[in-house]
Amino acid sequence: MTTPPETSFEVSDLNVYYGHVHVLQDVSFRMGTEPLGMVGRNGMGKSTLVKAIAGFIPVRSGSISFEGRDLANKQPYQITRAGIAHVPQGRRIFPSLTVHEHLTMVGARKSDRWTVPAIYDLFPRLAERKRNGGAELSGGEQQMLAIGRALLSNPRLLVMDEPSEGLAPAVVDHLAEVLRGVVSEGQAVLLIEQNLRFATELCDRILVMVNGRIAADLPASEIAGDAEVQNKYLGVV
Amino acid sequence: MDQFLLIALNGLTLAGVYFLVASGLTLIFGLMRVITMAHGTSYLLGGYLGYVIARETGNWFLGAIGGAILVGLLGLLIHQVLIRRFQDDDMRVALITLGVSLIGTDLMLAVFGGTATQVPVPGDVQVASVSIPFIGPYPLLRLLVLLIAVVVGVALTLFITRTRFGSVVRAGVDDSQMTAATGVNVRVVFAIIFVLGSALAGLAGVVGGTLFPLLPGQDGVYLLYSLVVVIVGGMGSITGAAIGAVLVGLVSQFSLVYAPTYSLVLTFALMVVVLAVRPQGIMGRAV
Repeated sequence: MTTPPETSFEVSDLNVYYGHVHVLQDVSFRMGTEPLGMVGRNGMGKSTLVKAIAGFIPVRSGSISFEGRDLANKQPYQITRAGIAHVPQGRRIFPSLTVHEHLTMVGARKSDRWTVPAIYDLFPRLAERKRNGGAELSGGEQQMLAIGRALLSNPRLLVMDEPSEGLAPAVVDHLAEVLRGVVSEGQAVLLIEQNLRFATELCDRILVMVNGRIAADLPASEIAGDAEVQNKYLGVV
Repeated sequence: MDQFLLIALNGLTLAGVYFLVASGLTLIFGLMRVITMAHGTSYLLGGYLGYVIARETGNWFLGAIGGAILVGLLGLLIHQVLIRRFQDDDMRVALITLGVSLIGTDLMLAVFGGTATQVPVPGDVQVASVSIPFIGPYPLLRLLVLLIAVVVGVALTLFITRTRFGSVVRAGVDDSQMTAATGVNVRVVFAIIFVLGSALAGLAGVVGGTLFPLLPGQDGVYLLYSLVVVIVGGMGSITGAAIGAVLVGLVSQFSLVYAPTYSLVLTFALMVVVLAVRPQGIMGRAV
């Protein structure tokens, strides 16, 4: 395992259960400010990991620590306030709120890097849809909004769960381009993806999850060009 | 024709009281996904407190404000002591609040007795009437109740749709977990809404107790009607509560005149029809 230069986020020996099902088994990894991707087939426990990090589901044992604080089993709002923001699978936009209300409810300060106008600069499409309700947005617009909403808490780690899911290839390319810009500013990102190309475009280091364990920790270049590795971990068996 | 309009106006003023009770319940129900069975008790207690304050001070408005504030404070106590730790267990919250309502009902019977009382208003307001075209003289008091309901409804709507806290409340009704993930301490929001909902029930008790007698048993009646209003209108929606209250008020008044035997049945028939056609309620969102 390569040791990142600056370790700020560390998951160690994490065990999570759904009822009696042992979904995450002794998951451990560390990351610093470099973007980290995690890929794996459906049902391998990737989303469970994200939910455990976000505080949506309880952790049986192990720790999730960020900047030296243990965040396992903390309330979701405490985790967000500790500096970890969450772009959930399925986007989970609020149907009753307009685009603008989604952004203003987070309450970013004027001195922050990410303010409501900064999000409109990042995603001009959202500015055009400002007064539209969350339920009226296309999938791509919803994803932009979910990312904007997460960025507005000005996180030091952005956790994204399948942001490319269900989006047209052109929209995915656009998102990748915007996110590359965000990452180049030094924004730490943990990206959970099924779309390997999207993950390798954004992250230099990729973890592979198989059956609730981290099965491999590889440079993106290695996994991107190796059909055998892809087939072993991601192919449909 | 005259009678038809008179009944309609009676239905609307009754709807004003139903709306005041149900607006608090719909916020609590929609946001916290728990049913507070003590909501009718808050109504009756608010009425009695308003009665005592208005009688002692001779000022109806002090009674209304006092009833709302005191019941709101009691709601805060109930939420913090009894509900907060069981928040995720809706059945337990329903049972706890049912217990609170049973105890509250008996305590009120002991303190205020079993005879009907009414919140006093100055004598000239009590008997004043306004002449309305096609209807003739109509009690001013009933129109004032309708006015209060409209003012409260508009204020609540502005609060929920125009403020940042209102955005948070609507987001919480949609998806409270995701709301928490944006950094909002949802439990604090729940507590504020529970207090606000209780205070609205208290205010409704004073307003309703001015038009209609305050009696043991009224708590159950208003809990039932406000539940019907919330189910018909859709939980979590102030507009839905207004529409539901108007429908329930009109149906109950018209059926009282034209089909008195079936009055209660028709009110529930309204609920059944709405549930059959639109299970989430008229303004509710499909879950």
